[in-house]
Amino acid sequence: MTVPTREAYRDLLVKLMADDPRLYCLDSDTGLFSGVDFGPAAGRYVNVGIAEHNLMGVAAGLAASGKIPFVNTMATFATTRALESLKVDIAYSGLPVRIAATHSGLSAGHLGPTHHALEDLAIMRSLPGFTVVTPADATATEEAVAQSVDLPGPVYLRLGRKATPALEAGPAELGRAQILREGGDLVVFACGPHPVLASLAAADLLAADGVRAAVVNVHTLKPLDVETIVSSARNVKAAITVEEHWRSGGLGGAIAETLSEHAPTRVARIGMPDTFAQEVGGQEHLLDHYGITGERIAATALTLC
Amino acid sequence: MTTDPAAEPAPGQVTDRVREHIVAMCAGPEGGHLGGSMSLVEILTTLYFDVLRVDPADPGAEGRDILILSKGHGAIALYAVLAERGFFPAAELATYGRPGSRLMGHPVRAVPGVEMATGSLGHGLPLANGFALADASRRCFVIVGDGELQEGSVWEAAMSTAGLGLDNVTVVVDRNGLQITGSTEDTVPLEPLADRWRAFGWAVREVDGHDRGKLRKALTARSPGRPGVVIARTVKGNGLPSVQGRVDSHYARLGERQLARALSVLRARARRRSS
Repeated sequence: MTVPTREAYRDLLVKLMADDPRLYCLDSDTGLFSGVDFGPAAGRYVNVGIAEHNLMGVAAGLAASGKIPFVNTMATFATTRALESLKVDIAYSGLPVRIAATHSGLSAGHLGPTHHALEDLAIMRSLPGFTVVTPADATATEEAVAQSVDLPGPVYLRLGRKATPALEAGPAELGRAQILREGGDLVVFACGPHPVLASLAAADLLAADGVRAAVVNVHTLKPLDVETIVSSARNVKAAITVEEHWRSGGLGGAIAETLSEHAPTRVARIGMPDTFAQEVGGQEHLLDHYGITGERIAATALTLC
Repeated sequence: MTTDPAAEPAPGQVTDRVREHIVAMCAGPEGGHLGGSMSLVEILTTLYFDVLRVDPADPGAEGRDILILSKGHGAIALYAVLAERGFFPAAELATYGRPGSRLMGHPVRAVPGVEMATGSLGHGLPLANGFALADASRRCFVIVGDGELQEGSVWEAAMSTAGLGLDNVTVVVDRNGLQITGSTEDTVPLEPLADRWRAFGWAVREVDGHDRGKLRKALTARSPGRPGVVIARTVKGNGLPSVQGRVDSHYARLGERQLARALSVLRARARRRSS
């Protein structure tokens, strides 16, 4: 299934809403639902306009009333413009709001840094009680949406913009990291469609050089699957983290913190360097330009083994 | 779940007790937001005793009305009124500001009757929009400070309330005219305030915010299809002549003698009214 994660999310949500009167779809004029027929649930689709603080407050009020709102905006608006509402209105009260954050990472491409979200994981994993998920493909997105419905606390779903290949990784369970490739010499931890694909490509490149690299899909950054992460890092020479996010505070930060505490291991972090995108480019161009690629991962691995 | 008028003490008594609770909490180890709590006394008392369908024995009852104190720094007034209304024993108010207490400086949901945590300004109306959307049969009240109206989120939410036709939402503006550094009009002018709300599609009522009878009338009125705003003209620090209407009443930590003096002033005022 090669469809954008945001569309996989949308289509499943519309289906779930038809049968579950607790579910609401709150929109902030994103356009993601233009032309969508909600059928009997049409009254539970509410477009509050271009107003992200109000959007999150409305979601909190609905959730405090026993409803389960799915909130729609771009990742950068959700986590930076509306951050205080995420903290005070949603996280502080532990309310079951589901935030569908599209255009994450560099997926807004040529639209530029105002629309890139390269800090959202660092922000979201710091908020108590949030479940933070980056599905690696459309199927994983559907699984995350379905599993999130009845979670008691809030959920942040990190979604992309354009279609990405199906990973065929098998069922993804929230909170359980997926070992996609067994290794032996080192382990690569990744999250998100492109970083996971690049990590698998790197493992292939490294295999040709006789280096056995495990690949672990850490789709749920919070709660972190400490057990799988620690066991994957035992008896390897190094760990590499790969994410479509600034190198500080996100997956790399989470892995470095965890391994420092439980299984001290050398960690190299691959992600967006400490800069805003300086040139026009689509998502793939920018990933390539800033070194979030299989080649870069493999080259880094060789320096560590 | 309706309020029982027979349970209400004689008029004036509740507000007198609430004011005494407020000054007593301001004499605790951390002090308190005195001025903006005293200006809220009649607004909160009228809502909890005369208007809101709430049940102190079942604070989370289905179908209850909702009140959000968006100016969360008025927490001690809210705690005092909730205690007087029976949500928790008034004796607990003495723990305010003391280590281990659940009565934090801004409202916390752990306190029975508090619907949502507030404290950062501009959050109440977005929340009320959600509560109102979830159940059209209940009324949702939001008390905002007038200085709080300088927060942009109030107005993005106000547009949304009117746009969604949420006529079960009522905002009460505690129009005491003062914010931390001075008058609202010398800081960021709010007038013509009623016209601003009208322009956003709201039905406006203006009342004396210390007159429970007038407040009750304004708060029970509805305008079908339109949300309502009650601009309650109040006096910051109301009830204590030494501080009322003064900017420095915003926060106070009263010493023992100041507390005794304040209580004596409040009691004399109550006696004058009842004689």
